[in-house]
Amino acid sequence: MEEAKNTSKDSEPDDPAPQNNFLSSAKDFFLEVSLLSNFTLRFFREVFFPRYEFNELIKQCYRVGYRSLPLVGITGFIMGLVLTIQSRPTLAEFGAESWLPGMVAVSIIREIGPVITALICAGKIGSSIGAELASMRASEQIDAMQVSGINPFKYIVITRIAATTLMVPILVIFSDVIALFGSYAGVNIKGDVNFHLFFAQVFNILKFSDVFPAVIKTFFFGFAIGLIGCYKGYNSNEGTEGVGISANSAVVMGSLLIFIIDMIAVQVASLFM
Amino acid sequence: METTLPTNTDQPKNQANVKSAEMALEIKNLQKSFANKSVLKDISLTLTKGENLVVLGKSGSGKSVLIKCIIGLIEPDGGSLQVLGKNISELDDKGLNDLRKKVGFLFQSAALYDSMTVRENLEFPMRELRMKESERLELVKEALTNVGLAEAINKMPSELSGGMRKRIGLARTLILKPEIMLYDEPTTGLDPITSKEISQLIMDIQKRLNTASIIITHDIACAKITANRILVIRDGVCAAAGTFTELQASQDPWIHSFFEL
Repeated sequence: MEEAKNTSKDSEPDDPAPQNNFLSSAKDFFLEVSLLSNFTLRFFREVFFPRYEFNELIKQCYRVGYRSLPLVGITGFIMGLVLTIQSRPTLAEFGAESWLPGMVAVSIIREIGPVITALICAGKIGSSIGAELASMRASEQIDAMQVSGINPFKYIVITRIAATTLMVPILVIFSDVIALFGSYAGVNIKGDVNFHLFFAQVFNILKFSDVFPAVIKTFFFGFAIGLIGCYKGYNSNEGTEGVGISANSAVVMGSLLIFIIDMIAVQVASLFM
Repeated sequence: METTLPTNTDQPKNQANVKSAEMALEIKNLQKSFANKSVLKDISLTLTKGENLVVLGKSGSGKSVLIKCIIGLIEPDGGSLQVLGKNISELDDKGLNDLRKKVGFLFQSAALYDSMTVRENLEFPMRELRMKESERLELVKEALTNVGLAEAINKMPSELSGGMRKRIGLARTLILKPEIMLYDEPTTGLDPITSKEISQLIMDIQKRLNTASIIITHDIACAKITANRILVIRDGVCAAAGTFTELQASQDPWIHSFFEL
């Protein structure tokens, strides 16, 4: 009892601290939201006006898209394979094994394919953009562009955000297709379904309303990955230490935004279905 | 001989000296603070065309902030900045970018673009100029020859030594033939021989292009070679100004300590 009283007394001066921490965190959060909004507005203010950096855009599309194909392809294949193997026993219990290709296809196309691929892209592309831009900031390369009379926001930020917005949907479609091949392999581990029959079942089940909203939301995923990576890297102010911080926070914030966008997309899509 | 003159008394004297000369840069009462810490309290200086002005001061005294204010990388809190006859604070983005093409800036780290070759680095500032590919290449070769690194044209920055990077950075800055050059510690991190070569290069540039330059440095050997005039910053104000010889003979122990080789 005495001990408890002492503890209570001792902790009294610390009481305001959590409150202050909360206020400080809330302040930081709103400041971050405000800065990110400004950054986004600046993107839309500048993206439609010349000068257009097409060469840099193509270079970034190659880096973001083509170089991510192997990773996205392998993970897509494993995703399809594992989902099929895991779903089979449950469907088998109800004697609905023949529904396996269609069920897996709908899961992959509607939800798992876009979200998992976007999360992989947030890890690979978002972190790379965050680290690259933070490193450019730390080594004064962004300042060097500015003093050369070149707008670094147009050259660095707009091209990268545009590249991720255009490439992530392509990567998701590629990953979905490979995942269906993975699913076909999974079906054939314990069964014998020919290629034609498997894909006939898949396309019988899939509807336009499964594919269209899923593809549309991937543009937003791509935009979010590029935006957060660029925002974190471009505004990094902590020298070389900031490179790691930017890469890390680009992945964390990018992943979180992907889930938030997905939640909103599902709600919006359900209004039209 | 007393040479450590405060700014306000120094300025009319300087202005009298440069009265007839063409002014490249004029700074009046420049102020800049970061998070309530006043870095530049009251800086006034002038720079005439073809003059090399060396700025000395302790680390953290605001020397780099001063030249970043000149190029518009940092917005000052107060005072006026006239660069090539234009008031920096009155310029819009386009005006500022146009002005920046006439003002070269050599960064302490050279700030070469890591993902580009030396040739691409040098072509980068010319990308908005309407020029043929062959003309661009000609200018790149000329700039590299001027800094003695013609053979490095296809190398990546990661393949270059510190001194080479500084020279390439200088070549990139000079490719647009700027009227004013701002050097941020051009010899920091280099061996004495390379430092001397870079200092000689600064002098060559002054002679060849008649460029007005501000050189931020801690390297007294570099200051001795390059300075027509030296300005010492202390506690955010101009503590002294004069030629190398005048300041070397200063009675102020703090000023004198800079010149102990």
